[in-house]
Amino acid sequence: MSNDAATAEAEGTPETAAPVPEPIPHGLGASLPPADARAKTEGTFPYAADLWAEGLLWAAVLRSPHPHARIVSIDTTHAREMPGVRAVITHEDVPGAPLHGRGARADRPVFASEVVRHHGEPLAAVAADHPDTARMAAAAVIVEYEVLDPVTDPEQAFEAEPLHPDGNLIRHIPLRHGDPEAAGEIVVEGLYRIGRQDPAPIGAEAGLAVPRPDGGVELYLASTDPHGDRDIAAACYGLSPEQVKIVVTGVPGATADREDQGFQLPLGLLALKTGCPVKLTATREESFLGHTHRHPTLLRYRHHADAEGRVVKVEAQILLDAGAYADTSSDALAAAVAFACGPYVVPNAFIEGWAVRTNNPPSGHVRGEGAMQVCAAYEAQMDKIAKKLGLDPAEVRLRNVMATGDVLPTGQTVTCPAPVAELLQAVRDFPLPALPKDTPEDEWLLPGGPEGAGEPGAVRRGVGYGIGMVHMLGAEGADEVSTATVKVQDGVATVLCAAVETGQGFTTLARQIVQETLGVDEVHVAPVDTDQPPAGAGCRGRHTWVSGGAVERAAKMVRTQLLQPLAHQFGMSTELLQIADGKITSYDGVLSTTVAEALDGKELWATAQCRPHPTEPLDEAGQGDAFVGMAFCAIRAVVDVDIEIGSVRVVELAVAQDVGRVLNPAQLTARIEAGVTQGVGIALTENLRTPRGLVRHPDLTGYALPTALDTPDIRIVKLVEERDVVAPFGAKAVSAVPVVASPAAVASAVRAATGRPVNRLPIRPQAAVATGT
Amino acid sequence: MGQREGAVGLTTHAPQAAQAVTLPTTLDEAVAALAAMPAAVPVAGGTDLMAAVNSGQLRPAALVGLGRISEIRGWQYQDGHALLGAGLTHARMGRPDFAALIPALAAAARAAGPPQIRNAGTLGGNIASAAPTGDALPVLAALEATLIIAGPDGARREVPVSHLLAGMEMLRAGELIGYVRVPLLHAPQVFLKATGRTGPGRATASVALVLDPARRGVRCAVGAIAPMPLRPLEAEQWVASLIDWDNGRAIVPEALHGFGEYVAAACIPDEAPAEDGTVPPLPPAVLHLRRTVAALARRALGRALS
Repeated sequence: MSNDAATAEAEGTPETAAPVPEPIPHGLGASLPPADARAKTEGTFPYAADLWAEGLLWAAVLRSPHPHARIVSIDTTHAREMPGVRAVITHEDVPGAPLHGRGARADRPVFASEVVRHHGEPLAAVAADHPDTARMAAAAVIVEYEVLDPVTDPEQAFEAEPLHPDGNLIRHIPLRHGDPEAAGEIVVEGLYRIGRQDPAPIGAEAGLAVPRPDGGVELYLASTDPHGDRDIAAACYGLSPEQVKIVVTGVPGATADREDQGFQLPLGLLALKTGCPVKLTATREESFLGHTHRHPTLLRYRHHADAEGRVVKVEAQILLDAGAYADTSSDALAAAVAFACGPYVVPNAFIEGWAVRTNNPPSGHVRGEGAMQVCAAYEAQMDKIAKKLGLDPAEVRLRNVMATGDVLPTGQTVTCPAPVAELLQAVRDFPLPALPKDTPEDEWLLPGGPEGAGEPGAVRRGVGYGIGMVHMLGAEGADEVSTATVKVQDGVATVLCAAVETGQGFTTLARQIVQETLGVDEVHVAPVDTDQPPAGAGCRGRHTWVSGGAVERAAKMVRTQLLQPLAHQFGMSTELLQIADGKITSYDGVLSTTVAEALDGKELWATAQCRPHPTEPLDEAGQGDAFVGMAFCAIRAVVDVDIEIGSVRVVELAVAQDVGRVLNPAQLTARIEAGVTQGVGIALTENLRTPRGLVRHPDLTGYALPTALDTPDIRIVKLVEERDVVAPFGAKAVSAVPVVASPAAVASAVRAATGRPVNRLPIRPQAAVATGT
Repeated sequence: MGQREGAVGLTTHAPQAAQAVTLPTTLDEAVAALAAMPAAVPVAGGTDLMAAVNSGQLRPAALVGLGRISEIRGWQYQDGHALLGAGLTHARMGRPDFAALIPALAAAARAAGPPQIRNAGTLGGNIASAAPTGDALPVLAALEATLIIAGPDGARREVPVSHLLAGMEMLRAGELIGYVRVPLLHAPQVFLKATGRTGPGRATASVALVLDPARRGVRCAVGAIAPMPLRPLEAEQWVASLIDWDNGRAIVPEALHGFGEYVAAACIPDEAPAEDGTVPPLPPAVLHLRRTVAALARRALGRALS
């Protein structure tokens, strides 16, 4: 595809949705707008923080001010005696399992009982008739601590006293692939550090628990994994899963497990104890302290390459700081180790990966986990090979990229489309943005911003590349399944599926699938609760694949039910009938009727499941077919760096992505732009600092998210639509892989602009200074 | 200003009780309202105060809103000076007519944050909060501005801004900052700020530099690196002597570099020598800050003289 065509495709598609006289888009491939877009823009969409119940109480959670301490005593007398306080609970009031956990391991207490292991760990919760009273009462719980030395350096976790009965090593994967004696003509080495990104969901974290007359409880939460959260809650409450119902309220955007069980679990306990509805809306500080973060990672790499720049062997050590509890660290480590060499053909790989326990805040699922950290490191290594051999960085990458049929270091053959070379060529050949001297009439936004200190004479421009890969769906034998029901009545279709709309666009996609299959324009997606069958967590592109697949199957079953009588009547098979725009026509035009007539007042239902092919765990040498599918993305970054002050502005990011099939162009563009922007945050500003285990600046002033001015021009240069035959519609997940590739691309460009090694993310100003000491 | 006194008034129950809010329309009314309710907290733009309220650090028993005092929301000329109302918002100070008058203060106001903050935050609030990162503060220090403070019974007293920021003089109970008197210098002024990002952010270091051609002086203040703005007086005098004031304010480029280094070394000095006479090296982050201050000071002087 020529560059012009690529530009037209990238820029043209989203705009086709704009013209007014066009009919409302529908079906797959159309830019159908989200059904709730208007309510969300106008502020009438109800989020969890907007919920209300008659006679509700307010909850507050007491959190540990220390990263590591032994609890000598907890005295709740004063808190209980405060007027307006209805209940104070601690670890003694947890009737069920005292430990819970999102990953395979339940290692996290609902309330700390003997030891606190991180700053912000819940110790007690209060229900009172006013939020201030509740907070005051929580502060009045007297906890006597014996403060212990925190283990905050993951390298020291190996030697340190166990911080938990389960020990400090959460997982170790020693991957061995190929010949350990293999050697290349050149060797490049590097030590890389990735900071702690917070998912920082802008919408307030909140929840409401309502006790039920049957002794159960209903939790209204912005959960992204309602069934998983329900099972954890039921176990901790000592109830059966049927007695706990989670109703998913509007989720204000989620790029991670956005909700903190540290307040979700106490809410239900308080509701059960008081018999009243109990609500909590987390402050920003609690939010930063409560939910899990991206794994800070230390990576040591050695690449062997031949004189042409082809990688011969990769040796790497990857150390993930899991924080105090295991959560999903095991999954993150598997991704980090499996993708440690990136989308490159590496015949010999020896990767040691560890996830260790520290007294830092717990790490968990944030999109692109594991894959993002290693991408920053292996792309830095590719830059070093290019520099050592005097080659163009894009050329070195092109000599190594993988394609369909190549083998990952885990021994898994990449069977899905892997158009990595095509992606890289597309971004490399895309015209570079104009230099300021060539466009003197345009105002030049200098590094440092419009009123900053930037000086044109000190600004250097750099171009760099990042190629990322992620796996889709759960890995290593996780049972990925989703169930959906489609119902048609009076020409209106309804979808019931427990897949949560987290901003990823699932409800819009579900409507498009039903429109496409049944020719019905009006499609509603029902709200989600745990009375529906499970659909799994909303992450790793799961819902596009498994829930989208389930919706498609259910819709097809309804279609067959609808057409079977007609086909039978006319003596033809249902395949010869078409549905479009609410009309049913036969291939020869003899039959023509409407969907409404064919329904004849009947109500048609069908329920279907989608379960992709099984995977297997990585064995003791890190080998195994662990992943269902993979997605790729190449990004070229152009940056301006003020080399005296070290301020960086990302001018442009050109993106080419392997998407399988474009199902909704506007939504897809938005997802890529959002992912790329989150990556810019990792590259430049986002780092939750925790000196000596204490979270510093837990607010949005101290934790700098990218603003519009920090966000570059994002050019979607090419979307490669090579269908993945095993995925429903051939489509791949799109949100995570730009997050993986963009920080590496920005770092690569800063390296090109300054000549500095740039081995730490986010890039600190002193690392981007090219003069002086 | 009594802002901290509000913290004592934390209530444990019935927090729904209506808070007393007074909205005086003159400075003297406001001072009287504060005198009548010693626990009351004055609030102008609220950009700092409300953040403290929201995070639970401050629960004022009563508020005296300053937003309706029209006499402090504008400015007037007064014998070679501008008398700036303390209620001027950053957005207002950023406009071109104000920029023609006091360019450095306008630049600082434009850099002070996102539009929402600039629309609400005020000059007086910036001074009263006295945050190290307050962008107006180094400019006021370089301009050697004077505060006019309103007290009970129509009393007015004048305090140099640097005295207040250094804690040499304090606002007494019931007093309010009414006006800021700034000399009109009719010469280039520059405010530069490093933030570590492209979008609005707090300064990691800032430099305000004003020329005073009548007195053949250069005045410079460095913000954000210390609890109050720092004035490198020796560097100012040294560089002022190198400027050819009668010849288009010409200066040799080496002097610009020297000035940057001089300012940086004055504001971020080396550590005290050890007993054997060796000077311990500064940590890398501090060295970078020093380098940043040097670059900002050099650029600021270069722009002021160009």
